[in-house]
Amino acid sequence: MSDTAPILALKTVSKIFGKGDSAVYAARDVSFALHSGRTLALVGESGSGKTTAARLIMREYSPDHGQLLFQGAPLGKADARAIKAYRSSVQMVFQDPFSSLNPAHTIRYHLERPLRLHQPGLTGSQRKAAIAELLTRVKLDPAIVMPKYPHELSGGQRQRISIARALAVNPKVIVADEPTSMLDVSVRLGILNLLNDMKAELGLALLYITHDIATARYVAEDIMVMYSGQIVEWGAMDSVLDNPQHPYTRLLLSAVPDPDRRFSDAGAELDQIETIRRRAALPQPEIRQVAQNHFIRPMPEDGR
Amino acid sequence: MTNPVLSVRNLVIDYIGAETDFHAVKGVSFDIQPGELFGLAGESGCGKSTIAFAVSRLHRPPALIRKGSEILVDGRDVLTLDDDALRAFRWREVAMVFQSAMNSLNPVLTIEEQFYDVLRTHTQTTREAARARAAELLKLVDISPDRLSAYPHQCSGGMRQRIVIAICLALNPKLLIMDEPTTALDVVVQREILQRIDTLRKQLGFAVLFITHDLSLMVQVSDRIGIMLEGHLVEVNDAQTIYHSPQHDYTKRLWASMPKLHGAQIVREATS
Repeated sequence: MSDTAPILALKTVSKIFGKGDSAVYAARDVSFALHSGRTLALVGESGSGKTTAARLIMREYSPDHGQLLFQGAPLGKADARAIKAYRSSVQMVFQDPFSSLNPAHTIRYHLERPLRLHQPGLTGSQRKAAIAELLTRVKLDPAIVMPKYPHELSGGQRQRISIARALAVNPKVIVADEPTSMLDVSVRLGILNLLNDMKAELGLALLYITHDIATARYVAEDIMVMYSGQIVEWGAMDSVLDNPQHPYTRLLLSAVPDPDRRFSDAGAELDQIETIRRRAALPQPEIRQVAQNHFIRPMPEDGR
Repeated sequence: MTNPVLSVRNLVIDYIGAETDFHAVKGVSFDIQPGELFGLAGESGCGKSTIAFAVSRLHRPPALIRKGSEILVDGRDVLTLDDDALRAFRWREVAMVFQSAMNSLNPVLTIEEQFYDVLRTHTQTTREAARARAAELLKLVDISPDRLSAYPHQCSGGMRQRIVIAICLALNPKLLIMDEPTTALDVVVQREILQRIDTLRKQLGFAVLFITHDLSLMVQVSDRIGIMLEGHLVEVNDAQTIYHSPQHDYTKRLWASMPKLHGAQIVREATS
């Protein structure tokens, strides 16, 4: 990772649902750091704990163990002002552009609200100028889009509005949870390019959560593979993708649609799906470094 | 050349509106050979699902198949079938797996009863024979026969999807239509299911019409691929040709917008 201090970090965070025998670790000893101007991709299948990690960052859940560090300081029972500052620094873009905008309000209203709440000093005309600037930034025409309602826009346009809304409060961190999974191929790339531009121009730190590893490679420098609440492998994108070390990462990668490989030349991992799944779900406390910026949690041997 | 199992000729489908009609499918023609896996790709709204529904005559108003269109299954025109013939035709000749198929099982019936339902409607069968056949079909999709007494909610999404596929295969159809069968599933589960379909169609000899927007997946699994754009079938070719040397400009642009997993990344075009 980079040498600069991280903006946001999770330090050995665990989140447990249920009690006793039925306890489920949605996050187990999860640690990672977000740096400005960089994107970290979090990949895994549904139920692996990706969204729990996002919710921990958004403070919808509080960790059962471990700490959330914001600009180096733990954010536990912080006072109201620190929480407000945190909320304006960390914003989220959701998966479904159809349900994350209020159908009863115009686009102008959606972008005006965060400005009113987080920058109460602005006058009406300053706010209008700020909205126009935000829309231009996400490559939409303010004059056309501002008075429209969400249903008058396409999925891709709506996702651009979600991004503009997140940018309205000048955040330092954006958490994007599957932002393109509901969009068509040709629209998807526009959103990914927009995220890349925002990161470069505004120096944002991005957490990109997805199950689509090819798009993760397009936007992120670093990647984490999550399974059963644990981050089983992480490091520099190409190191992990080209030389995966954890059996679960190998299984996941061998199943990703890849036009260069026919079904007939399936990897060995696909024959042992159940075994890999079962063993990868066991606690894996040990951390092993496999390259300069590439780590895994080795699976315990069977029978241990 | 053998006779195609499905032959679509000059298919025109409109959605009738109050003032103007929406032309969803504009003169599409293609053939599927016995045992072939044919992929139909395109973005939302290009008409690919409309075609899938039309082939099994499941389209409903305001969709209207215009005169002059032909859909031949094993040489028989599907569009001229009366109700009785249609009932016999579905499942037996053409079976369909829907996008949300895993939610299409009846939640208050056991898996066994859902098999029995189909088998009893289409064949004269006893409960014992139906149970034996259901157990046999479940084994085909790698599910243990003791699941027969389970209810759908006791099975995972991937398992439910495989059960639906097993039910579709109950009457040995000649053609299986799959409309985005794995979009709601994880990549690993998706791979397991499609790998199974690929093996089964080689083993049992049925043809597959596979519809998806995931072009990479389609190249991996299909023999031939048709690319649709706004109601037109703009390119039909071998899967490898579609991937390595696409002819139509739209196919080229589709590939240019798909990030790659390994090797050189796609280049970002200068956007206007």
